[in-house]
Amino acid sequence: MSEPFISRGFRGRRQPAGAAHRLPPGQYETRDFPVLSAGPTPRTPLATWDFTLRGRGATTARWTWDEFQTLPRENLTTDIHCVTKWSKFGTVWEGVSLDTLLAEAAARGVEPAPYVLAVCDGGYTTNVPLADVTGGKAWVATGYDGAPLAPEHGGPARLLVPHLYFWKSAKWVRQLRFMDRDDPGFWESLGYHNYGDPWREQRYAGDE
Amino acid sequence: MNDTSVQGAAVSVRGRIAWRVTTVVDSVPETPRARTLVLDVPGWPGHRAGQHVDVRLTAEDGYQAQRSYSIASAPESARVALTVERLDDGEVSPYLTDELRAGDRLELRGPIGGYFVWDVALAGPLLLVAGGSGIVPLMAMLRHRAAALATAGADARHSEPARLLYSCRKWDEVIYRDELARLVEGDPTLDVTLTLTREAPAGWTGLRRRIDRMMLAEVAWPPPERPNVFVCGPTPLVEAVAAALVELGHDPARVKTERFGPTGGSRAQGATGRQQWTVR
Repeated sequence: MSEPFISRGFRGRRQPAGAAHRLPPGQYETRDFPVLSAGPTPRTPLATWDFTLRGRGATTARWTWDEFQTLPRENLTTDIHCVTKWSKFGTVWEGVSLDTLLAEAAARGVEPAPYVLAVCDGGYTTNVPLADVTGGKAWVATGYDGAPLAPEHGGPARLLVPHLYFWKSAKWVRQLRFMDRDDPGFWESLGYHNYGDPWREQRYAGDE
Repeated sequence: MNDTSVQGAAVSVRGRIAWRVTTVVDSVPETPRARTLVLDVPGWPGHRAGQHVDVRLTAEDGYQAQRSYSIASAPESARVALTVERLDDGEVSPYLTDELRAGDRLELRGPIGGYFVWDVALAGPLLLVAGGSGIVPLMAMLRHRAAALATAGADARHSEPARLLYSCRKWDEVIYRDELARLVEGDPTLDVTLTLTREAPAGWTGLRRRIDRMMLAEVAWPPPERPNVFVCGPTPLVEAVAAALVELGHDPARVKTERFGPTGGSRAQGATGRQQWTVR
């Protein structure tokens, strides 16, 4: 075996003991909230905004913005991890759990399937397994840090799947499609990992 | 971001993008805060203009830190160049700009990113808008364009015109200043417009304000010309520029952006300050 690589003269900045275990491999903590988007920030008026779950057989459940506001909301505090290496601890969100949305949709005859594709204003898409958005793991968030979610951070509503790299938490989400087969989304088709677990450092296609 | 452009930029990546040990051939000062690292990368698979790499530093005790940096060199270049801006409170950039020197080794993997990329074969004018060190991936595009033009010679089939609008705080922070001037001199189809937002040298007659809608209306081609637009810089600049371009009538799907740093609002002015990373 070759000897391990050392960067001559690099000491680095150690994380405080309390923070180190919260950081997935290759990440560093930031206190800012960076913005990363592939294009212009879409601005959809709330009057025309809607949110749709589309199940098997093209069954759908749809909420207008006002209807969406009547759904039970949850507050959560979570760490988030961006594939570009920053992590932010203790972010505070308000949103509707996917469990709630799925239960509401089931009552309207929408049948889920094993894979989910999130479709957004601006054309962005991302794919996640159903198992990763059920059981208290995912939300459609409309509030951040006690205020309405700002457009550049995905407002009026973004998907929030904090246990995966943050590109899975699609900004400006408008629809979730349930599918029997997995369908790679935007970054997943452009060289990024299909699943994106930060704790296994699944950044790019081919990472284990 | 529509389906057509996604397919146009699609890449297939087979196997893991491997970490490579590279050798620093040169470290060239660009401005008081930015240096270009010229790297010899054995087995480099080549890249497209606009892509980036991940850099990994390892301390003697095994501690590691990773960051992303845009590639500054053209795909035609035999060596890979990264231009790094020094962030005073940064963990990685001061090491890269102050400590690293010719002969040192540096670990990286890449190229990464398949969306914020431009190729001379792409039809349509090229509009580049940069703020500060956001010029780096756009410079790779201009260098790629210059290399292609030089190869095509008199038979310049790929002579799609290009314009760069580049905002800096002051004159001595303009990265690649001399090279941009040379590129413009040698190419009648390239225009470069500088705007200095904080401080200008005596006798400066150029633009003196932040990029706004009026400036974009003057510099950009009209939307029917369907320019390919790439915007890279600090988040507030990119947000403002992208929004203004859409207001002017440009197709959002043709406006590709890379942002770095926080939103610049009153909130979240944290201790880490501005970081440099470049993935949309």
